[in-house]
Amino acid sequence: MKSKLAIAAMLAAGLALPASAQDKIKLVDVIELSGAGATAGTNFKNGADLAVADINAKGGILGKQVEIVHYDSQTNPGNTRAAVQRGIDEGAYAILGPVFSGPIAASMQISQRAETAQIVAGEAAGFTKQGNPYIFRTSLSQAAAMPKIAKYLKDTVKAGSVAVVWVNNDFGKGGRDAILPELEKAGIKVAVDVATEQGQADFAADAIKVKNSNADAVFVYLNEEESARFLRAAKQQGITKPMIGETTLLGAKVLELAGDAANGVRGHVGLSTDAPIPALQEFGKRYREKYGFASDHNGIKGYMAVHMVKWATEKQKKIDRKGLADTLRGATIKASEEPGILMDTVIEQNGDLDRESFLAEVIDGKQVINTTLPRIKP
Amino acid sequence: MAEFTAYLIAGIATGAIYALAAIGFTLVWQTSQTINFAQGEFVMLPAVLVLLAVKLFGAPLWLGALIGIFAFILIFGAGFKLVVVDPMIRHGVLPLAIATMALSIIMKEGAKDGFSAEAQNFPSFVPTSTIEVFGAAISLQHLTIIACAFAVIGALQWFVGGTRLGRQMQATAQNPTVARILGIPVERMVLLTFVINAALAVVASVLISPIYLAKFSNGEVIGLFAFIAAIVGGFNQVRGALVGGLVVGVIDSLAAAYISSSYRLAVPLVLLVVIILLKPEGLMGRKEERRV
Repeated sequence: MKSKLAIAAMLAAGLALPASAQDKIKLVDVIELSGAGATAGTNFKNGADLAVADINAKGGILGKQVEIVHYDSQTNPGNTRAAVQRGIDEGAYAILGPVFSGPIAASMQISQRAETAQIVAGEAAGFTKQGNPYIFRTSLSQAAAMPKIAKYLKDTVKAGSVAVVWVNNDFGKGGRDAILPELEKAGIKVAVDVATEQGQADFAADAIKVKNSNADAVFVYLNEEESARFLRAAKQQGITKPMIGETTLLGAKVLELAGDAANGVRGHVGLSTDAPIPALQEFGKRYREKYGFASDHNGIKGYMAVHMVKWATEKQKKIDRKGLADTLRGATIKASEEPGILMDTVIEQNGDLDRESFLAEVIDGKQVINTTLPRIKP
Repeated sequence: MAEFTAYLIAGIATGAIYALAAIGFTLVWQTSQTINFAQGEFVMLPAVLVLLAVKLFGAPLWLGALIGIFAFILIFGAGFKLVVVDPMIRHGVLPLAIATMALSIIMKEGAKDGFSAEAQNFPSFVPTSTIEVFGAAISLQHLTIIACAFAVIGALQWFVGGTRLGRQMQATAQNPTVARILGIPVERMVLLTFVINAALAVVASVLISPIYLAKFSNGEVIGLFAFIAAIVGGFNQVRGALVGGLVVGVIDSLAAAYISSSYRLAVPLVLLVVIILLKPEGLMGRKEERRV
């Protein structure tokens, strides 16, 4: 009898654990906390943590507290797949991350099979073209950003020729493949096409090559740390031509690492805490207070990703994993309805986003927003 | 021509760093007949320790540099010899080589977890401006790297060949048994070799980190290229490591310029294969025979 009672007590205790776990909404963040993507991943993680703290402080989602677990993908596609699978096995309500496009492409079939939304920070154009209804971006895709860059190069910089410097990974290749046709359409000649490696430390030869191309401007499409190293190498080689880039080149970490070499860099920025939108500025202030450094665009994406989950869950009025993805698809999230989304965001059927973006310049080590660009489909 | 000169100078600067690290390989080889697979991490860590000292103690940079460099030479010069080499060497060369692989991982992961997974700025003590050389704009930082590295290597050569202590060190490396009979304090000479290796790593780290940025993973590429440089030049000759470093650095720079950055890692490896096939003792190496 005693042993039966003991078993019953143990079962009761065992059942009690899942019950308390069910009171929480579990998000699994598979993110680059080391390796080449450490800067981007750390920002995304911090942004997501800040969002979870804000949401929990206001009573959670549908009365449930949010729990977030971070798994380091080490910027490795194999590790990313394993971590996404682990998240699914642990019953994640949604998968957040990663940032790098290669690991996203390698892991997104796993969340698709589990009919679980995966909200990522990658910009490569390819992964939302594969018909996966469970993948969602938190940033504009390269396909959306590059026409704006080409127009900027033609109309504002008035460049007749451009040196294109890109990183040889999914992000960089996607960017290069997206910008080249846009440059051609704009009548801009590619003076030199320079491929570099992810994690590359020495950019002296690449900078010399760019300098000797005599291009009117340089389009730089590298990850954060490599962007900073390239800008430093370009300064060392005395390159004075305009450096133009997409969001990453003007990111907070790049500005910190590149120092003076970043001054004068210009480009298109999808998200920025310096944008003339009070919610973004307020987020940037709170992020800096909490973590002691400025958030780049990936910090904002992490914050938005969690609020996309919140908005969709409250919209469907239930905790339904598949329903979450169905609700997000084709949605328009207004900042007036969900302040945590920070700016009005349209999610297209394939998971791409459409929203306002910005043109910026680095002056005295700070990103200064010059112009706000409208949505692609206003 | 100006373009080629710029590539050449950039390559020599990078090669000088490889040479400093490659000399470390040869020094450890000569005294313990093993390969220090943590050599790349030896170049990565001093910069990290300097920044860590600044962060932890709130010290000004010069003081942080003194603390970091002293700590590194103590731990990874003398400490490496006493804690890793001495206990392992009596079990043979292979266990020691494996121990240095483990040390490499510990240093890398320790720097990542104890400091940061992200790259950090490391201050440069020379301006980032350029000067004109044969029509090419040459970075002052590159010229400083070349000058400092050559000065240090020259001083090392003078020390080894021109001083009593250096000759004792050389004798120890060539034949420790005879050196002991002649009254040379062999243990102290071996310890000195490891301290010199750590000091060379510090110089390489301080010179290269303003360009590469201080990051836990920096040792991977530097270690690999320095290893190739040591084999190409000749593992048993300090001047071989110097030549090997410069050859690998220049080839790396020219490969990035005229082939592609994507293949720049492969080209020195091809060179390595060619050297092993045609001149296995290296460009400047001495043939060694061993009794079995």
